[in-house]
Amino acid sequence: MPVVERAGTVTRGAVVGVSAPRVDGTPKALGEFAYASDLWVEGMLFGATVRSPHPSARIRHVDVSAALALPGVRRAMTAADLPASRRYGLDFPDQPVLAEDVVRYAGEPVAIVAADSAEQARAAAAAIRVDYEVLPAVTDMEAALRADAPQVSEHGNVLRHLRIEHGDPGAEADVWVEGYYEIGMQDQAPLGPEAGLAIPAPDGGVDLYVSTQWLHSDQKQVAPCLGLPESKVRLHLAGVGGAFGAREDVHMHIHACLLAIATGRPVKMTYGREESFFGHVHRHPARIWARTGARRDGTLVNSRVRLLLDGGAYSSSSQAVILNASTFAVGPYEMPNALIEGTCVYTNNPPAGAMRGFGAVQACVAHEAQMDRLAAALGIDPVELRRRNLLHTGSVLPTGQVIEGSAPAREVLDRCAALPMPADLPPAFRDRVTLPGGAGNVGRGERVRRGVGYAMGYKNIAYSEGFDDSCEAKVRLERGPKGVVATVHTAAVEVGQGLQTVLAQIVRTELGVDEVVQQRADTQVGSAGSTSASRQTVMAGGAVAAACSRVREHLFARAAARSGAPLRGPLRLEDGRVFAGERSIGVVDDLLDTPLEATEVYRHRRTTRLDGHGQGEPHVMFAFGAMRAVVEVDLDLGLVRVVQLGGVQDVGKALNPRGVEGQIEGGAAQGLGLALLEEIQLRDGKIANASFTDYLLPTILDMPPVVSAVVEEPEPGSPYGAKGVGEGATIVATAAVAAALRNATGRELNRVPVAPDDLVGISGPRTSAGPAPIPDVPGPRPVFEYR
Amino acid sequence: MQFFRPSSLREALEIRAAHPEAVPIAGGTDLMVEVNFGRRRPEAFLDISRLPELREIRREGPNVRLGSGVPYARVIRELPDQVALAQASRTVGSPQIRTRGTVGGNLGTGSPAGDALPVLAAYDARVVLRSSTATRTLAWRDFLVGPKRTALAPDELIVATEWERAVGPGSFSKVGTRNAMVIAIAGLCLQLDEAARGVRVALGSVGPTILRAPEAETFAAGILDEVGAWSDRGARVPEEAIARFGELVSAAARPIDDVRGTGAYRRHACAVLATRALTWALDDRRAAAMEAAS
Ligand SMILES: Cc1cc2nc3c(=O)[nH]c(=O)nc-3n(C[C@H](O)[C@H](O)[C@H](O)COP(=O)(O)OP(=O)(O)OC[C@H]3O[C@@H](n4cnc5c(N)ncnc54)[C@H](O)[C@@H]3O)c2cc1C
Repeated sequence: MPVVERAGTVTRGAVVGVSAPRVDGTPKALGEFAYASDLWVEGMLFGATVRSPHPSARIRHVDVSAALALPGVRRAMTAADLPASRRYGLDFPDQPVLAEDVVRYAGEPVAIVAADSAEQARAAAAAIRVDYEVLPAVTDMEAALRADAPQVSEHGNVLRHLRIEHGDPGAEADVWVEGYYEIGMQDQAPLGPEAGLAIPAPDGGVDLYVSTQWLHSDQKQVAPCLGLPESKVRLHLAGVGGAFGAREDVHMHIHACLLAIATGRPVKMTYGREESFFGHVHRHPARIWARTGARRDGTLVNSRVRLLLDGGAYSSSSQAVILNASTFAVGPYEMPNALIEGTCVYTNNPPAGAMRGFGAVQACVAHEAQMDRLAAALGIDPVELRRRNLLHTGSVLPTGQVIEGSAPAREVLDRCAALPMPADLPPAFRDRVTLPGGAGNVGRGERVRRGVGYAMGYKNIAYSEGFDDSCEAKVRLERGPKGVVATVHTAAVEVGQGLQTVLAQIVRTELGVDEVVQQRADTQVGSAGSTSASRQTVMAGGAVAAACSRVREHLFARAAARSGAPLRGPLRLEDGRVFAGERSIGVVDDLLDTPLEATEVYRHRRTTRLDGHGQGEPHVMFAFGAMRAVVEVDLDLGLVRVVQLGGVQDVGKALNPRGVEGQIEGGAAQGLGLALLEEIQLRDGKIANASFTDYLLPTILDMPPVVSAVVEEPEPGSPYGAKGVGEGATIVATAAVAAALRNATGRELNRVPVAPDDLVGISGPRTSAGPAPIPDVPGPRPVFEYR
Repeated sequence: MQFFRPSSLREALEIRAAHPEAVPIAGGTDLMVEVNFGRRRPEAFLDISRLPELREIRREGPNVRLGSGVPYARVIRELPDQVALAQASRTVGSPQIRTRGTVGGNLGTGSPAGDALPVLAAYDARVVLRSSTATRTLAWRDFLVGPKRTALAPDELIVATEWERAVGPGSFSKVGTRNAMVIAIAGLCLQLDEAARGVRVALGSVGPTILRAPEAETFAAGILDEVGAWSDRGARVPEEAIARFGELVSAAARPIDDVRGTGAYRRHACAVLATRALTWALDDRRAAAMEAAS
């Protein structure tokens, strides 16, 4: 039974700063890694979900009788059967476990069933009759702001509105450029779909094995809906097949637990590819209106940005996403004056939430296009214009926050501009699959034009706005059969980014051991916080390093106590011995006749909420990234081949350099996807392309080689000086590719993904009647209620 | 669920007659997607993937007969002189799909986006159908009767497609937003027939079924005639005429807007692909003429 196997992952090898092979790499490559969808236990039932086909409807009646009459069906549940809390949510509980009187998006769960086989469960779900009265739906984010729009949420249609006033928003400039931008709805498209297994426990509680990014947040949301204390809802991490933000929200957790408790049997739920598109939140589609003013010499003076994000039917993490999009709206530049107004609305579209880049991606598409416009208007080289205005340590941000930590933006941009350019062989000398159109044999190099574009961006690391963000780690040092072994236990989630590898490197560095055992992440240890916001290497790394250092103190104390003689010089660990100065005072193995253990909690520095003028210190630290994209466009067909992406990232310290490189490459691919291919297409609130046939992800013929470099300027107060590295490349890649496409075609291209129609001019730039109206609500509201 | 696994065509056709509910499965690359997405739930399968009779490629003089069970990977390897068909096969899916997927399955699905189909249309191919009692041969257009609708009878199997090899350059091109593994937004096959002095053009993904462009074909053949290009492969065809050919091909399209692309773009792409394909064909025969002369 894979689910109850307790053995940890054992690794040996590299220390911090040295490229280490991924501890999960070989099992994943060999197909031996157990993902959540592989969970299995004797006698388990299979769950299935009935979802609303309508974006907005009243539920008149749900009839489960036909489903219950089918063979193998054990249980069906609707909102009427819920035992306790009926709602859950990341920031505040606004999302129904099962829709009650109304459904607010197409895909919302209405009923659940459990049956002996997956097939029977699906048949039962199909047999449940739901009588809907279809209601008018709000499926356009600007329409949601109209006074006569139907109200999606009981809180109204404004999920959050922010106003950031900085300097003199009326300040005059020599040159102004104005732009309007649209960003489509991207999906995280993790290859591993939502999956988990709930096992009822003899104590009346439940054990949930699940694919997630944050076990304790899930636990807090699940327990009240089951009517159980948190201590009886034990979560265990199951293999996560990619997350990118899509595993922050609860998916099948509560449903499987409800069915397991109701039937007294283990219940497994796995979404198929199509259902997965309805089973998680997506990247916020956005509309951004920007006006940027500068002096003739290129010095930025003033910026006015209006951002509108479509949050969909429920809040998820939208409040934090609109905060990010708004606080990063003017880009990584010194902007002495600004007025930024950001609104996230509720609509009857599928809920939007966390996705890699978290608001900064959308902002970057707009601020970087504005910088290129300004460069053209001023006749200044686009890289040079950016260079003249970049943030640095000590710079003041539009929120009034002063950057206290490292901010090597200038070096990041300069290194990016200096990366080697790709070869430029004439098409006739190239393999035709490397031309735009790839394997389609559409050209022999006719009308192919190259373009180059740059983008610069930045983002916060870890949670913002006063959130008490922490991670706990437990480390034990003991004698093993083959020498000293360190065992680490945290609730920090490996989502495929390489966390386990880095934590093992940290333990080796701190304790000088070779063998490190990592226990499965679960809720038996304190919260690790989320594996998101590029925070987990810093947070879990900080906690593990602190616990190791405490264990080392214990070890030194034991060595000192046993050595008897007075000690001279600092204590240190080397070659399996404890030294005082140059003198060995004990062999570690001998000292560990009983194990040593320590538990530590790591916290980053405090931040604050924004006040009514959008002023405060919302962010912990900042990481900068730059990317250069080289593209080729077939000007007749509007087909694209990205030739090269060159990325440079500000990482503080690369703990596992190869892992950092992997994050830059993967992030670049995801950003390229949004620039060219990836969009959930909605038709009246319904997803029209819920499959990998029509939701197109980049293939190896779409993704070029990436050249990358890192800038290592340590972040004060962060473990080893490290900054998170998971999002930097994603933030800048989309904007860089869009810039390169503009450079190749001379077209405005103000919407991503850029379609072939846009590149050949069949459809012109998207237009707008002007910035969206400002909602009449106090800003910034509602204030976060992290529970 | 029943799974029939005949070892000969005759046995398969007997099962087909006795169990019309059994769905033939060749490579399964279309069918299993339908099953996995819960769109189809066949009571029974008839596995035809190992019938030797369907896996033959036969050539007699100018005639080519391609067994319905031949996968794309073999078409690429074994029919390189059928340039357009080999090119179309190369654009299909990924290596895995080309190893399993068959031209017979492409016909069986009968999607307007089937990449082999515009080629078969431009080849004026026939589809050979057999039941336990009879064989019939239909022209491609009589087999592909509508969007994902074919003339296959419940007791029949597709055994092969056959065509007379046209002497002359030909090509297949496919436009998709992704550079590989993509369903065509527009596909085009152009085949010159030097002997008949004809130009044939077929379009995929731009109408309810595969379309030919007869007006454009007549126009192109006429222009080649006018400039003397049929007898003199070095003769130049004016660019305006090639552009006009593109417009006529585009006019033959009957595209719609869907999640993959807009009708307007599809029409535009047809014109571009057509002008390029004709230009390449003329360039290639000019190059061949020069080579022959030197
Ligand atoms: C990832 C992926 C990518 C793809 N990419 C492409 C692409 O780029 N271009 C493209 O055209 N297609 C593509 N396809 C679709 C598919 O691969 C092709 O249509 C292929 O030709 C189907 O052949 P098959 O042998 O797998 O058919 P199957 O799935 O076995 O059968 C398809 C249909 O034809 C019927 N059938 C099959 N053989 C016979 C026969 N001999 N007699 C009677 N009926 C028969 C079956 O009953 C079924 O209805 C792709 C599919 C996938 C999964």
